[in-house]
Amino acid sequence: MHADKVFKALGDPTRRKLLDLLCEKNGQTLGELCENLDMARQSATQHLGILEEANLVSTVRRGREKLHFINPVPLHEVYERWVRKFERQRLSLLHDLKKELEGG
Amino acid sequence: MTKETTSFVYVTYVLSTPEKVFEAITRPDVARRYWGHENVSDWNPGSKWEHIRANDERTVELVGRVIEVSPPTRLVITWANASQASDPAAYSRVTFEIEEYENMVRLTVTHDELEAGSGMANGIKKGWPAVLSSLKSFLETGRGIDLFAKPKSA
Repeated sequence: MHADKVFKALGDPTRRKLLDLLCEKNGQTLGELCENLDMARQSATQHLGILEEANLVSTVRRGREKLHFINPVPLHEVYERWVRKFERQRLSLLHDLKKELEGG
Repeated sequence: MTKETTSFVYVTYVLSTPEKVFEAITRPDVARRYWGHENVSDWNPGSKWEHIRANDERTVELVGRVIEVSPPTRLVITWANASQASDPAAYSRVTFEIEEYENMVRLTVTHDELEAGSGMANGIKKGWPAVLSSLKSFLETGRGIDLFAKPKSA
């Protein structure tokens, strides 16, 4: 359902970097994230907005602060749909090859 | 208590109703179908709950207390490894929030008061995304993901 937004959000190095930063330390403020990015707060806010729209980042207000959390649930859906089934095929291919070579 | 804590917030949108999502968490016969575990409790504030592996061994893996219940929108529980049940410092907190969102439900799972770097913190990081995408898939398609699936040839 949100696959287009997820892939679009991931198709940008700054946004991937933001996700990496949240992976290292979850629950950061905009200010903390900007310290590690060479960009103005305003553009960081825009990138975070796109990530939030794609449900890759969720936010929680704590007092005056807004904390950003990485939300890997949509990525897990991508993994289930696009990665895991191919991984299984590849593994069974290797298994067949091994059987054939060792059996021969 | 001075332990350094960490928290995680997971969000998923499910094409379903708040009642169904609430039941999927609290009813053992539903949870076992997408989670491979049952959450067993009478779901009254102060009662205990147990997270039980839905197989023949029926191992109790997690335990805790029910802190707050308001079906079908909110549930707050404490959460610890069954092996650490007697250690008050081992308990973290899980909040389920269920909101209607156009024709969907927004489910937010906040897991906080976790000890930073602990086995539990590392475990839930892998666990929640898989459980929540399985829940979504189960409620939308009637089929959960087998959370214990191994590669076919392994």
